[in-house]
Amino acid sequence: MTSSAKRLGALALAATAFVAACGGGTAATSPSAAGSSAAAGASTGAAASGVAGPSACVDGSITTSGSTALQPLVDAAGKAYTAACPKSTISVQGGGSGTGLTQVLQGAVQIGESDVTAESKLKPDEASQLVDHVIVRQGWVMVVNNDVTGVTSLTTQQATGIWTGTITNWKAVGGPDQAIVLILRPASSGTRATFKSVVLKGANEASGQALTEDSNGAVTTAVGTTPGSTSVIGFAYYQANKDKVTAVGLDGVQGSVATMLDGTYKLQAFGHMYSKGQPDGLTKSFLDYMMSDPIQKTLIPSLFYAPAQ
Amino acid sequence: MTSPAASLATTELGLRARLDLPRRITLLAAGVIVAIVLLLLVFITWNGVQLFVASGVPVAEIFSPTWQPDAGSGPTSFGLLPFIAGTLGVMAVAAVIATPLSVGLALFMAEVAPTWARRITQPAMEVFVGIPSVVYGWLGLTLLVPYLRTNLQGLGFTLGFSWFAGSLVLALMILPTITSISYDAFLVVPRDMRAASMALGTTRWQAIRHVVLPAAATGIATAVVMGMMRAAGEALAVQMVIGNRPVMPTGLTAPMTTLTSQITLDMGNTVAGEPWNQALWTMGLVLLVISFTFVVIVRRLAGRRIAA
Amino acid sequence: MKRILLADRLATATLWAVALFVVAVLVAIIAHFVLASLPTFSLAFLFSDPSDTEIGGVGPILWNSIYMLALTMLFSTPLGILGGIYMAEYAGEGRLTNVIRFSQELISSVPSIVVGLFGFALFVSATHWGFSALGGALTLMVFNLPLLLRLSEQAIRAVPADERAASLALGATKWQTIRHAVLPVAIPGIVTGIVLTAGRVFGEAAALLFTAGLATPTHYNFANLNLFDPQSPWSPLRPATTLSVFIWKSNSEGLGNYVQQVADMSAMVLVVMVLVFNLASRWLGRALQRRVSGL
Repeated sequence: MTSSAKRLGALALAATAFVAACGGGTAATSPSAAGSSAAAGASTGAAASGVAGPSACVDGSITTSGSTALQPLVDAAGKAYTAACPKSTISVQGGGSGTGLTQVLQGAVQIGESDVTAESKLKPDEASQLVDHVIVRQGWVMVVNNDVTGVTSLTTQQATGIWTGTITNWKAVGGPDQAIVLILRPASSGTRATFKSVVLKGANEASGQALTEDSNGAVTTAVGTTPGSTSVIGFAYYQANKDKVTAVGLDGVQGSVATMLDGTYKLQAFGHMYSKGQPDGLTKSFLDYMMSDPIQKTLIPSLFYAPAQ
Repeated sequence: MTSPAASLATTELGLRARLDLPRRITLLAAGVIVAIVLLLLVFITWNGVQLFVASGVPVAEIFSPTWQPDAGSGPTSFGLLPFIAGTLGVMAVAAVIATPLSVGLALFMAEVAPTWARRITQPAMEVFVGIPSVVYGWLGLTLLVPYLRTNLQGLGFTLGFSWFAGSLVLALMILPTITSISYDAFLVVPRDMRAASMALGTTRWQAIRHVVLPAAATGIATAVVMGMMRAAGEALAVQMVIGNRPVMPTGLTAPMTTLTSQITLDMGNTVAGEPWNQALWTMGLVLLVISFTFVVIVRRLAGRRIAA
Repeated sequence: MKRILLADRLATATLWAVALFVVAVLVAIIAHFVLASLPTFSLAFLFSDPSDTEIGGVGPILWNSIYMLALTMLFSTPLGILGGIYMAEYAGEGRLTNVIRFSQELISSVPSIVVGLFGFALFVSATHWGFSALGGALTLMVFNLPLLLRLSEQAIRAVPADERAASLALGATKWQTIRHAVLPVAIPGIVTGIVLTAGRVFGEAAALLFTAGLATPTHYNFANLNLFDPQSPWSPLRPATTLSVFIWKSNSEGLGNYVQQVADMSAMVLVVMVLVFNLASRWLGRALQRRVSGL
């Protein structure tokens, strides 16, 4: 039984409830399909069942690396592809967006995943060698420790105040009289870069008064156990840890696949897959598959991402 | 040192030709280590100086306390001082915690312990050494940090993640290193020196204090330096418990950062060739310089021991 | 005089207390992981695939740890023993010997994260292998080789001079002497050294983060013997997440409700493996010793 199949199963189940609760919106997931795939995934473990394979197979072997935020999606898509096309091999690596961009540029991998554009990381002459494939929209959610009660949403100004260190007590934003503990992701991470541009409008975080934790999981644990703390995590991580942390909306809008799709929820960004030059062979076939209905309409919502279009 | 057999063989001129091949092959194998060191020096130095060479950052800038690597938010500053200070600070406090315990344990094993007790402490040290650093880190994160936050909040541990937490985890990790090297140092103190002292009617403690400890002093110093060397280079266990705050360390109860933890945090997210990434390699080079300094100190100490 | 005796008693008591305390800490650490793991641990944990929705297991990850260990040892054991022979039997007092010794000391001092960066620059980027078990194993060799070299040298030096003299007196060449008289006697010490260094290789994580990779573990099909297929568990050119790295990853990127239990159990497995390596090295050393002296 593969891990991705089980992860898919569980998340798909949760997604069904999640999307339904949010009023569905334009999310095109069929709840029954997602539900049945969850059952199949959990009981029989057929690889990525419920997600149809590509329309045509291309043989070969490719490796992708990069963003850990996109890794679960690309991994699941890769497994669905190779389940339908046993003669092809797709190896999916993490490593971080920077690693993905570096390695695809060096030719060490065929596809590099990144949370941010290549132009924002690479020199112009390097970035121009890469071809951008926008495959998904990913959302993040502000979370607080469960003891911070009464704060259901923050305005952009309030969030900016907290993140830049001018607001240091929850009382100022309608919460309990308790010091705010800010937990950041590393400055180089896509999560922090997105939050900085979307919410903070480029203002610098008060990193000298904050804690910095490595990745989504470490941040979630830290927020869950540190009283008065707050941070930003990916949708999927929030869904898997709903009992440990409390979500906070942005400008009155709660984060969900639906609000991300209708554009009211701002804390979202495109996920990119980069190839060096125009892709061909299995690379092209896999990138095309990423944009096809099985991935965009079934897999993506089930993992709490939103379709690219 | 040349073994008697080796000198015997080299006199047998007729055998020389036949000796050559094994000698060459084994020399080649031993030489691999020299090749590795050279390669490592070249790769780390080359990548470590790119920040200055390719990106034109002045060398003096790395001694600034300001770490602002993100070009998107104003002027950059690649000050590595917070990380260097953090590395040295967390290491020093760890040594302060671990040294009395380790030397005490080594004394116990060498001077006091009955055979049955030594049969327990010796393998215990080996197991201690063998416990992987991530396991210590995991222990620190799940037990130590929550404990500090809930039970010692009065002392200032508001977050749990702190300099002290990092040092305590490190102290545990370097304890076996310091213990085993100082134990060896106690063992080489000649038995008769002790016997002579005790024969004069001194107690065991007097013999230890006035004879054994002074005789083993350089050995103990070597042990502490080796322990500090291990502490300075430790990465994951420390990163999990210190809170990674990229400013100059402010106090034992506050979060701080180290060279190693910043490398693990930013390496995957930065791309080769950007100054930010180059600065991480510079941190690696600084770590290399720190550990080589320790090697030189250990050599000096060893030289003193031979001279004594 | 009474004061002096009292000081002696006090000092002895303190040293006993320190020893008891340190051993108690070690016992507490091991007990903690055993107790934390007991409610959820089953043998199946060692063999099944990881999961986010239930406890799952660490089967493929444990395999990776063992595979990487074997690969590392495959490279470093012959080099370590041959190098040890040179240092013990051939090396004189010359500059070359000094350079080798100094290199040994330098490399033992390099922090594992720096070795990881080196491995990344050399085995991941320069070779274009990407993250691979081979690159990881070669990186681990950087730690392992100086240690093995020193332990083999010590073991060979510990062989009594009479063994050599007797063999040489019978007209054997130096190499024949090393092979037939010295090495057999030194083998128990060398084997103990190999097993002891295996513990370090097994527990290393920082150096592997950038070299062996952080892939989502897949199900391994052990019937797939194609060494060039990245899906095959036998292939050295596939990425391989080991148990230590997995604990690290559980903390930083774990997604699911059982992260803590799985990490606790993985930590216990690691600690137990290290215990096993330790006991095995003692037992093997003693058993081999008996066989050698019985000859």
